[in-house]
Amino acid sequence: MGVVTSIEEIVGSLESGMTIGIGGWGSRRKPMALVRAIYRSSLTDLTIVSYGGPDVGLLCAAGKVRRVVAPFVTLDSIALEPHFRAARQRGAVDFTEYDEGMFMFGLLAAAHRLPFLPTRAGLGSDVMRMNPALRTVRSPYDDGEELVAVPALTMDVALVHMDVADTRGNGRYLGPDPYMDDLFAKASGRCFMSCDRLVEPGELGGPPQTLLVSRMHVTGVVETPGGGHFTDSGQGRDEMFQRHYAASAADPEAWAAFADRFLTGDEAAYQETVQQWREEGR
Amino acid sequence: MSATRAEICVVACAEAWRGDGEILAAAMGTCSILGARLARLTFEPGLLTTDGGALLTAEAVPFGAPAGAVEGWLPFREHLWLVQNGRRHVMMGASQIDRRGNTNISAIGDWARPKSQLLGVRGAPGNTICNPTSYWIPKQSTRVFVPEVDVVSGVGHDRAAGLGPRAARFHDLRRVVTDLAVFDFGTPDGSMRLVSVHPGVEVEQVRAATGFDLTIDGDVPETRQPTGEELRVIREVLDPKGLRYREVKA
Repeated sequence: MGVVTSIEEIVGSLESGMTIGIGGWGSRRKPMALVRAIYRSSLTDLTIVSYGGPDVGLLCAAGKVRRVVAPFVTLDSIALEPHFRAARQRGAVDFTEYDEGMFMFGLLAAAHRLPFLPTRAGLGSDVMRMNPALRTVRSPYDDGEELVAVPALTMDVALVHMDVADTRGNGRYLGPDPYMDDLFAKASGRCFMSCDRLVEPGELGGPPQTLLVSRMHVTGVVETPGGGHFTDSGQGRDEMFQRHYAASAADPEAWAAFADRFLTGDEAAYQETVQQWREEGR
Repeated sequence: MSATRAEICVVACAEAWRGDGEILAAAMGTCSILGARLARLTFEPGLLTTDGGALLTAEAVPFGAPAGAVEGWLPFREHLWLVQNGRRHVMMGASQIDRRGNTNISAIGDWARPKSQLLGVRGAPGNTICNPTSYWIPKQSTRVFVPEVDVVSGVGHDRAAGLGPRAARFHDLRRVVTDLAVFDFGTPDGSMRLVSVHPGVEVEQVRAATGFDLTIDGDVPETRQPTGEELRVIREVLDPKGLRYREVKA
């Protein structure tokens, strides 16, 4: 059952060298408050499993990442993630690059305790060359078809962000897309969930099919209003702030100023500083 | 009413879905998204289109408009299953493409330490091996049309042939549309062939913007002009703000 906890407790329970899954997709409903806390932490040598967005970028910028496992890293409305690009181009991170569907099959396999799942996606592409450990599997039936055996993407810890959660650790999403957050929860040894609003059990409301994450898969839950900022969570993406992030990330001096202003304090300080920035009409 | 280059491109993109019937027309890029919706509103009414997000819209909606009434739900997980299912024809972009239709959206240079990290392979490997795939390339040049792509994200005909007929049975590259011309792979070895040049474009111009030997069979026809109705739908319904001109100049 999910215990109500704090950002600091969650990040304090993580260790360097861990494999950490991050829910959401691109620049959409990312658990950014938890990512920002890892950014400020002393953790290093992490393997990040993610449909990558600014979560991957920020952690690369902070030198926290040894390996990225992802089918892409993008800010959606801005195609390329500047910090991830820079890290790759200077050889600072290893990259396990999968097709989007392969990646989902890896999550599905891990979520269901299977060693692999077969798919066509990847065949004939350089995904097989870039991941020489990938193997194929032959159908035992008459067709004899050869398919990619996507290995389970098992994680030590997963981090997801929901619109609403209850104090037991049940999570609900309000937007049009659940992304893969339930699979991340099931594919990890421990899952921590942040949420915009924490309610009492029984008060989650809404249609039952939006109750995506079950407390049986959640170790800890924390209320982080605006915790998905600046990714698309609830009220849409903060495009202006994302542009500020991307422009700053492209230049070392501008990035130092950005990091100094927004990323040195705790989450409350971040939210307050973003509010001030907004009032400056930037 | 004479059509602009961007409008020629939108119609050429729309033509990629002609005859597809009741499948998802998935598109990336302004002219290809407009093309999918134009095809649905004119000669291919069975097509399914999205709002650019998780919603299958009841009608083709203007570029960037909210979904309005919805006829189905296609969150990313269902979209990825639909790729496996196959009732989908995607028109992707490509940073590089070669004469056999291999494409790259992953990285430029040595993959291990790229000169330029791009998006990553995204869904290109699965798309190309599972369902019909076309490409929309808004600015054709020898930087894009290259002898050999640096990373094979989308699978071309030589790679597919190497897999054998069983594994490659759903591999189906349909056409490539650029700001200059339309291409297909209708040659014996599945290499790229010039189908038509857009009005005002010379064949030599296309050749000069192509970094490999292009198959050119005799006289190359012009890409067709939009009909009056197609121009009306593009200008008044789908893209009244002219966002197409951010991709292809007027």
